[in-house]
Amino acid sequence: MNGIHDMGGMHGFGRVEREENEPVFHARWEGRVLGISRACSAQGIFNIDESRHAIERMAPVDYLSASYYERWLDRNVRLLVEKGVITREELERRMAQLADGKDPATPHSDPKLLDRMLRVTRERTPYRQPGPAPRFALGDRVLTRHDAPIGHTRLPRYARGKPGVIVRVHGTFIFPDTHAHGQGEQSHALYSVRFDAALLWGESAEPRAPVHIDLWERYLLPNAPARSTR
Amino acid sequence: MSGTHEHGHHHREPESVLSLRVRALESLLVEKKLVSSEAVDRVVAAYEQDIGPHNGAKVVARAWIDPAYRARLLADGTAAIEELGFGGVDLQVVENTPGVHNLVVCTLCSCYPHALIGLPPVWYKSFEYRSRAVREPRVVLREFGVDLPETTEIRIWDSSAELRYLVLPERPAGTERLAEAELAKLVTRDAMIGVAVVKPPAAAAR
Repeated sequence: MNGIHDMGGMHGFGRVEREENEPVFHARWEGRVLGISRACSAQGIFNIDESRHAIERMAPVDYLSASYYERWLDRNVRLLVEKGVITREELERRMAQLADGKDPATPHSDPKLLDRMLRVTRERTPYRQPGPAPRFALGDRVLTRHDAPIGHTRLPRYARGKPGVIVRVHGTFIFPDTHAHGQGEQSHALYSVRFDAALLWGESAEPRAPVHIDLWERYLLPNAPARSTR
Repeated sequence: MSGTHEHGHHHREPESVLSLRVRALESLLVEKKLVSSEAVDRVVAAYEQDIGPHNGAKVVARAWIDPAYRARLLADGTAAIEELGFGGVDLQVVENTPGVHNLVVCTLCSCYPHALIGLPPVWYKSFEYRSRAVREPRVVLREFGVDLPETTEIRIWDSSAELRYLVLPERPAGTERLAEAELAKLVTRDAMIGVAVVKPPAAAAR
């Protein structure tokens, strides 16, 4: 989708501000949001692609005014409501109860969940899955599709309809564009594609600053060898 | 801009409301037996205590002292870090050399190799970094204090898949006699993202 999240190449955001001795979390609730998110993944309530797309679906003005973990919180609530796990009314009621000093939930211990969650932090989520043999090889020239799909995609807007070269064949990976929409894994070839800066940004591009993006085969078309790249 | 904290956070709501909403969400999920607070505690503790740049630094130091390991790391990062006991990530390592500098960004969200360098700092997740690192990397690097000659190629890696990028920085001069553990202490998070170079010990101590 042509979302606000697709920020590569946008102007106007200013200097990158850094914080000295930055803590892992700036408030306790940020860590809780992260832990709740990991639990929802470990329970199979939502996958990484649904989760990214849920953040992309925030209203642009909300996206821009929210902090990172606030976007995560918005995502968790949005998906849990959409999947029928909780309702917004239920959440409001629980907020009111907690504000009154009452918490109806009974703490429990769940060793299996604990184990699954800790494994998520240590082991690879298996996104590399069997799929059809790659169509392109190292050094092949490709052209990215010039499309504006309404759903989730990992082809950034700044690299649509651009010529590039395959610099690595990664293997076959789950396809986010379908996995985010309940249309299955549809695993297929993922490549690292190199783009000349001048072809992405035009004359004002910085010299010798090629951009590499990991792109699925369905984003790519074969491109005949150019006689000259200039 | 109102709602901007000194560390670049923006909030739509006061902290008190955010905190209450998160407590309510956790309470509901605990009640439904989908989450245990104990499990959330353990995950938070893991990121606060165990998972951080010291892990990635060990990988870098090993690659500096062991050319065969370095070759395996560049060929198959995922398998090579498993040799050192690290997992949780499908990894591609990109190597800085004289004339080539690598820089990692995620323009679409904030993909980052958590298992090796912990949770990303706020600046990595910022709109400023995500929008500009691909478009004007030399300007961004100069803001970070890295001024590279025009002859140096800057390879930008826009991390868009379930495959994470780690920069293997150049080993600084004057470290020939340092042991692996001492080398690891020189390696910073920022150097493994590509917004810093590793300084020799004297400069690092300053």
